[in-house]
Amino acid sequence: MIVERPRDLRIKKILAHGFLLVFLALILFPFLMVISISFREGNFTTGDLLPRNPTLEHWVLAFGQPYTRASGEVIQPPYPVLLWMWNSIKIGLIASVGVLAVATVSAYAFSRIRIRGKGVMLDGLFLIQMFPTTLALVAIYAIFDALSEVTPALGLDSHLSLILIYLSGVTLHIWTIKGYFDSVDVALDKAAAIDGASPWQTFRYVFLPLAVPIMAVVFVLTFIGVVNDYPIASVLIRSEDKMTLAVGSRLYLNEFRYLWGDFAAAAILSGLPITVVFLIAQRYLVSGLSEGAVKG
Amino acid sequence: MIVLLLALGIALVFGAKRFYGARFIFPGIAAVLIFIAFPVVYTIWLGFTNYSSFNLLSYERAVEVLLSRGTVDPDTETPFAVAEGDGGYRIWLPDAGLLSDPVELIEGEEEAAPLAPADEPAALLAPRDAIPLRGGLQTLTLTTPEGVELRNSGLRSFARVTPEYRRTGEETLERTEDGATLTADHSVGFFTTPEGERVPPGWRVGIGLDNFERIFTSRGVRGPMLTIFVWTVVFAALSVVFTFAVGLTLAVILQWPHLRGKAFYRIALILPYAVPAFISILVFKGLFNQSFGEINLILEALFGVRPDWFTNGTTARVMLLIVNTWLGYPYMMLLAMGFLQAVPEDHKKAAALEGASALRVFFTITLPQIIPPFLPLMIASFAFNFNNLVLVLLLTNGGPDIPGTVIPAGRTDILASFTYRMAFDDSGTQFGLAGAITLIIFLIVATMSYLNFVALRRAAARRSGRPAA
Repeated sequence: MIVERPRDLRIKKILAHGFLLVFLALILFPFLMVISISFREGNFTTGDLLPRNPTLEHWVLAFGQPYTRASGEVIQPPYPVLLWMWNSIKIGLIASVGVLAVATVSAYAFSRIRIRGKGVMLDGLFLIQMFPTTLALVAIYAIFDALSEVTPALGLDSHLSLILIYLSGVTLHIWTIKGYFDSVDVALDKAAAIDGASPWQTFRYVFLPLAVPIMAVVFVLTFIGVVNDYPIASVLIRSEDKMTLAVGSRLYLNEFRYLWGDFAAAAILSGLPITVVFLIAQRYLVSGLSEGAVKG
Repeated sequence: MIVLLLALGIALVFGAKRFYGARFIFPGIAAVLIFIAFPVVYTIWLGFTNYSSFNLLSYERAVEVLLSRGTVDPDTETPFAVAEGDGGYRIWLPDAGLLSDPVELIEGEEEAAPLAPADEPAALLAPRDAIPLRGGLQTLTLTTPEGVELRNSGLRSFARVTPEYRRTGEETLERTEDGATLTADHSVGFFTTPEGERVPPGWRVGIGLDNFERIFTSRGVRGPMLTIFVWTVVFAALSVVFTFAVGLTLAVILQWPHLRGKAFYRIALILPYAVPAFISILVFKGLFNQSFGEINLILEALFGVRPDWFTNGTTARVMLLIVNTWLGYPYMMLLAMGFLQAVPEDHKKAAALEGASALRVFFTITLPQIIPPFLPLMIASFAFNFNNLVLVLLLTNGGPDIPGTVIPAGRTDILASFTYRMAFDDSGTQFGLAGAITLIIFLIVATMSYLNFVALRRAAARRSGRPAA
């Protein structure tokens, strides 16, 4: 292993590259197919990887514009993809800001302020965080169904209710941010306290500026999590113009109205921004997941 | 009540100096309690009720609905005509010589007007012109001077309406049709006749352990439940094994110092993780499509087979695992790359010097060192896949169906998707039964969470015990 013969090494290298490339081809096959399908004519036709008669029809429709075929036939966009995107982005941004605010303040308290029963609360939070929201779906539906009789703004089919539910994502992030605050030198708090700062002032003027990097990570993670959520949104949202991307995309592949080509274009259009954001953030995600969780 | 508790909490926390520290934690704890703990408890509580599409309402609402029902008596049908006049329309009943007060006849709005004896109005609308007013006529109730209520019963006629049920006591109704006495039965949440016939709609009542009894004794429920439970465990375990194996293999190759182009491979291999899962799952749904999916086209061209991915239980399960491995391996790969770096290089060198082959070094030195820190994450991954609702719902929606079940259950259903479909599919919303199954899932998840918690604590203790590693 330490002393390797050059010839063996070369064979090994070729093998490694070969294996990786074949594997990559298999893994990336779906993406290539989708790109090809989005330029293909019609919604059913099967064809080659390189479309024979490339058309922008599906892309024009995905952008919400009617498309005129060569035959003069005008096709209306089947679903409001851009509106769904806007819904997803709006809900994602508001929920992320909310989660961030609550999680940062709580994490600071858990890290620095002496509170009775802190250990128990932290353990409790950690245990609760592991319960998937899917367990509560029936109740979430029942609660908001009852609430919609009181105020429609907080009922079914309301973005506000959806955002409120997403706020429950704070638990994991309290832990992540607390791990970060724990690594801040205690001398800083003491200096602030000697200057007469209250705990809130210490938080506001010392810890908050320090926490900007981890807050950015938490923000991106929450945003991605919210945009990707399907179960909660599908239970709460019913009308087509209120849907988020995750709920709406499913309509394309309905058994009775199978819009494969239109779906491909819409999927790339909506998936690309999230993918790019994720690729930029993924480095932090992994360190956050494996370290933040273990720091106790 | 929740609002009250919340207000009390805020007052207590922000009012008292003693609870200064709690001010910071309060919002977080409140959010967790309201949005996670409370719904979970409430779902489980629903498991002890008969909440479903038949028993949706409260008792008061159910009584209201029953009392508002009426049947039109065809023997009393009488023709009518509409007169247009100042302030709206008037209804003219020529047989009785009655004319109504002016009505607006707006569609969808309930309206009532008294009738009074009068002469025939001069300007009557032709029957054809009255047809557009049908919507408004249907919601109109006319009252004769004798107090009999008349409703529209057809294009040309009004008729007397008799209520189907009459309230005869606090807990009893009388059915007009046959004079049967209906008694409110609060143990089942229905009005029942003396013969035991249940009259829908019912209302929500606690039914104790009935739902659990159904799960464990009714053959149509217990059979599929067992199949689904076994499949859920198998699915979650195999998903962890496959993603771990693929992820670790790739991580080991990428860690090889002689390999070039690592950055490119890394980004390309992460892609399945970066694309939103709901999009990739739907893409796979299309690619796997039996009749015109690209995967079957290629398989047929190469090997001459066309597996029926969606109608055969076994191939559907294989497909689910393929897609889940595709979705999940990058996460394991990223984690493995981190943990592999922590394995000391000199251990491996020492083993190699002793003449151990690369494979042997991997299995005796590297693997044992990365398994302990991996364990909690693998348990978490198992728990995640145990409830991997999105994958099942979007890819197969549970199908193909298991034949001979009382409630919709499919070969690829996992417990979570089974519960979801039971509660939210069109075929019948059985919230109560879904709540009962949720309790079972909750117990399983709680056990896993606790195990994970213990494993994490051990990992943390080991780490702090040996800071050098």
